[in-house]
Amino acid sequence: MDNVIWKCENLTMKYGKRQVLNNVSFQLERGKIIGLLGPNGSGKTTLIKLSNGLLTPKKGNIIIDGHKVGLETKKIVSYLPERSYLDNSLKIYQIVDLFQDFYEDFDVNKAYNMLKDLKINPEDRLKSMSKGTKEKVQLILVMSREAKLYMLDEPIGGVDPAARDYILRTIISNYNPDASVIISTHLISDIEQVLDDVVFIKEGEVMLHKPVDEIREEDGKSVDELFREVFRC
Amino acid sequence: MAWEFKNDRPIYAQILEHMELDILSGKYSPGEKVPSVRELAADAAVNPNTMQRAMVELERRGLVYTERTNGRFITENMDMLQDVKRRIAEEYIGEFVDKMKKIGYSEEEVKNLMQNHMNYERNEENG
Repeated sequence: MDNVIWKCENLTMKYGKRQVLNNVSFQLERGKIIGLLGPNGSGKTTLIKLSNGLLTPKKGNIIIDGHKVGLETKKIVSYLPERSYLDNSLKIYQIVDLFQDFYEDFDVNKAYNMLKDLKINPEDRLKSMSKGTKEKVQLILVMSREAKLYMLDEPIGGVDPAARDYILRTIISNYNPDASVIISTHLISDIEQVLDDVVFIKEGEVMLHKPVDEIREEDGKSVDELFREVFRC
Repeated sequence: MAWEFKNDRPIYAQILEHMELDILSGKYSPGEKVPSVRELAADAAVNPNTMQRAMVELERRGLVYTERTNGRFITENMDMLQDVKRRIAEEYIGEFVDKMKKIGYSEEEVKNLMQNHMNYERNEENG
């Protein structure tokens, strides 16, 4: 089996005249937790949306587990979007049912265990919940799939530090050697210690792709500190 | 609680130190089974691959050993544990003496200050 779970080749994306990704090529390995890091507007979300077929690139392509983005890749990619797409009027258990119908790899028990851990009542309606709780529900649904690739766009932005810890632990303990997790965020110091590798994206180009401990060893600083230096305004 | 990590050094090296201290302080006894890499990683809130790397190094240093299919165990070799304890003590003392010299004490003065401090503590304890 090829050790590459995700790769892009000469990927270029434009919104109108504005270039968001500029001839980007890189690849990510299986069994790793990777941080996709960059300031606002650097192209992180675009890259994730392209990987999930929500956008079509101007040029180049993305290959996931040997397949071009499409039906095959949707089966194996579990995607947490930046914004909610769930129907607010549904009760949580109805959404769980929906996911179970929709995804072959969905583990219902796992979902209910996590809901219990975070004290979320499956009888509650989504619209009665706070922003943070909604985010937790979404993440639980996404992490309850036995996917080969998890793509999490800003998974910890809106939740409190205690829940953040729980979420990071959930990501770690769901880890399986064949699966990879891509996390896009700018809350670097909170997640740095769970990452294998980081990819820095700046103005639509990859400017660094390295293991976290290599950065700490060679530069004597954390990824968070390096990020602040590289992206100083 | 997630373990605390400093910014300026690799996380893997800090996990290694943390585990050494846990062993020396008696959190794990000689011969005791070490939790799985997955459990340890979740406890520390670190990447499982990084935890694995630290455990391999701990094993290379002889502080833990693997029993086929049974998992990892703390060494029962007391000499080995004594060596590690000694090495860490040397590091602490080295750092301490460096700091004392930096604020202007001679080695002789450091020794005296240490002695006084210990006498004082002993008196306090004896009430």
